[in-house]
Amino acid sequence: MEFSIYRFNPETDSAPYMQDFTLGDDLVEPGMMLLDALLLLKEQDDSLSFRRSCQHGVCGSDGMNINGTNGLACIMPLKDLKTPIVLRPFPGMPVIRDLIVDMDNFYHQYREAEPWLVNDSPEPEVERLQSPEDRGQLDGLYECILCGCCSAACPSYWWNPDRFLGPAALLQAARFIQDSRDEATEHRLERLDDAYRLYRCHGIMNCTQVCPKGLNPAKAIGDIRRTMLKRSV
Amino acid sequence: MTLTTRKFDALIVGAGGAGLRAALQLANADARVAVVSKVFPTRSHTVAAQGGVNAALANVLPDSWHWHMFDTVKGSDYLGDQDAIEYMCRAAPKVVYELEHFGVPFSRLEEGNIYQRAFGGQSQHFGKEQAARTCAAADRTGHAILHSLYQQNLRAHTHFFDEYFAIDLIKDDAGYVLGLVAFDILSGEPIAIEAKTTLIATGGAGQIFRTNTNALSNTGDGMAMALRAGVPLEDMEFVQFHPTGIAGRGMLITEGARGEGGFLINDQDERFMERYAPNAKDLASRDVVSRAIAIEVREGRGCGRNKDHVLLDLRHLGADTIMKKLPGIREVSMTFLGVDPIEEPIPVFPTCHYSMGGIPTNRDGQVVVPVKDTPEDPVPGLYAAGEAACVSVHGANRLGGNSLLDILVFGRAAANHILGFLKDNRHHRPLQQDSVDRALERLARWDRKGEGEAVEPLRRELRKVMEDHCGVFRTAEVMQEGVNRLHRLRERIDNAVIRDHSRTFNTARVEAMELENLMDCAMATIVSALGREESRGAHSRMDFTDRDDERWLRHSLYSLQDDAMDYKPVRTQPVTVESFPPKERVY
Repeated sequence: MEFSIYRFNPETDSAPYMQDFTLGDDLVEPGMMLLDALLLLKEQDDSLSFRRSCQHGVCGSDGMNINGTNGLACIMPLKDLKTPIVLRPFPGMPVIRDLIVDMDNFYHQYREAEPWLVNDSPEPEVERLQSPEDRGQLDGLYECILCGCCSAACPSYWWNPDRFLGPAALLQAARFIQDSRDEATEHRLERLDDAYRLYRCHGIMNCTQVCPKGLNPAKAIGDIRRTMLKRSV
Repeated sequence: MTLTTRKFDALIVGAGGAGLRAALQLANADARVAVVSKVFPTRSHTVAAQGGVNAALANVLPDSWHWHMFDTVKGSDYLGDQDAIEYMCRAAPKVVYELEHFGVPFSRLEEGNIYQRAFGGQSQHFGKEQAARTCAAADRTGHAILHSLYQQNLRAHTHFFDEYFAIDLIKDDAGYVLGLVAFDILSGEPIAIEAKTTLIATGGAGQIFRTNTNALSNTGDGMAMALRAGVPLEDMEFVQFHPTGIAGRGMLITEGARGEGGFLINDQDERFMERYAPNAKDLASRDVVSRAIAIEVREGRGCGRNKDHVLLDLRHLGADTIMKKLPGIREVSMTFLGVDPIEEPIPVFPTCHYSMGGIPTNRDGQVVVPVKDTPEDPVPGLYAAGEAACVSVHGANRLGGNSLLDILVFGRAAANHILGFLKDNRHHRPLQQDSVDRALERLARWDRKGEGEAVEPLRRELRKVMEDHCGVFRTAEVMQEGVNRLHRLRERIDNAVIRDHSRTFNTARVEAMELENLMDCAMATIVSALGREESRGAHSRMDFTDRDDERWLRHSLYSLQDDAMDYKPVRTQPVTVESFPPKERVY
């Protein structure tokens, strides 16, 4: 099985290049995921660098660009991929080394969304009640694993990563706006009411298309906009 | 070159649930707290916990912390320390309510209370009817908890060293732990982080076994650091094999699947757990179910072409329950097997899941070691919590839903004790240079060039040795052979080399240092297992098939020095209630 992988080591390379790798057919097993293959390729060359941890799509470490589309290597079946499999780091993020990108800005925008529950009412001794319907509003929002596939697939985020929060951070914003327990909705909407932070989304839906968890950031962003609109009338 | 040095009041290694719960407690009390983690915090393995966290909230069925305590003691096969278990079960409702206030999106019941489901080994009235004690956010409870804790820590301004790899603890001659030496994975630069207290919350060592449910990062780093600092590890022979890992792959299928009503069948479509546990059936505790599956397969009643697994049947639950209550495991099953549990049963087999053993602590999270006649003398400045620690609330077998509880209760308890320690110890003690130098040498060792074996094949061999020689069923002969193999492997690891010597994000170096940690944890596990000549909980000896309370109602302590074993008594006395004396364990 043939691979073409983006290589760059800032200590030795003046420019990035694509390197060919071959995984022997004897090593390819049915049901193998792309990450399994990468781990075997790393045995051929221990300098091949990528992040990984849980191996089943919940930690969000191994996002990368796979044959032109962002995804998680650990839940990407090898058999579904056209060869040679072309692997690149996320587009639009600074490359640290090989498939590893600098996600500082991505995390910064996440923090900008103030992704924490705010409720300053006196705490009850037990749980705050929430109806199953209200809790249901969080489905499709809270499951985000911060892998970055969506924001790294978003042209608006590529052009304005410092000013547009990006789909991942906006999904978080929506998660707390929707939470019936949160008391900071007004403050959250105010912070988002900005030509760039929220409104740079042009609804091209790349985020939704690539999300490995099947979430829909584009819809969440649309919902925030609608809430915003309602508030202004 | 001078070494970069940073100073904090409290240092935490590991950003899973235990580390982040402790950090939050400390940050909210205005202590200067830093968290070192080799992965970005929300990538820690707590994120993968599925089923839920136990607490006697009685939202669904009647419940009490005392019944929870009884179940935990019984589940531990009476090896758990009953003072710590009482403390944990009493604290459980409070820490779960706290989580809810932190924003955890728990699933809800009609009235708006936290949803609770049945899990293995749970009962009402001290061993009678099944209880429903596990608080859940669908089957993504760990994710929900870890993300909420991280978010609250951001709000509280906890300082994070993301993607820093901890090398070793810094200790002085008086025995105080003064922080640790780490390196920044991004730049490759070492750093000394001084702290008045250091909490190890680095999780388990599931990667010592070939097939496991664990993340690749679960390499027992903190346990190995403790060993190298002269702290023995407690009860390492007790490794939990989760009954329902995806056959051949290892990914976890939560016990919640059986809690919601799923059951196991063999090749004759027989619900075989009825034979092994007539009352609890599929919700007997994990050691019992794992052994039953292994026996079914060994006796030729396994499923599939190779008859090497059994099936977990959820079809009768219906699409609605599966999509609402178990969406995550449906996703995993479809991704890795192409099996939709709504239509087909899931092939499963016991898989290494959890380390009951770890760094010995008391119920304040202080690391305790034997000193002369005292079996439990605190190491000043050193704490441990969560899977890395052994407090011991799980004893010989952990109940499902008690690990998320353990990390929350004891992460919080350790932080509270640390706050007291900080009041009494206002100043940093002087750094001891030779201790720092030793850690730096360990890092520099991997700069060695020339011929030598590569890391990955050695890691694979280690995991194979553990699987073949220290699995579900154990004998002295097979384990002794395993010990011999590990000794030879240890020498080969000493001579291994990596080819990548760059500074920037060198993952080869990280993996090499993880291999050293795995080696120490594997040796601790198999030597402790060889020492314990009885069967108890998850430790099943074919050559010593019975539990032997007279000789073995005691904790094992493994020291790195000469691979020596020592033992200490079990704390059978709870804090306020009467002790649960050892009884025969039936489900």
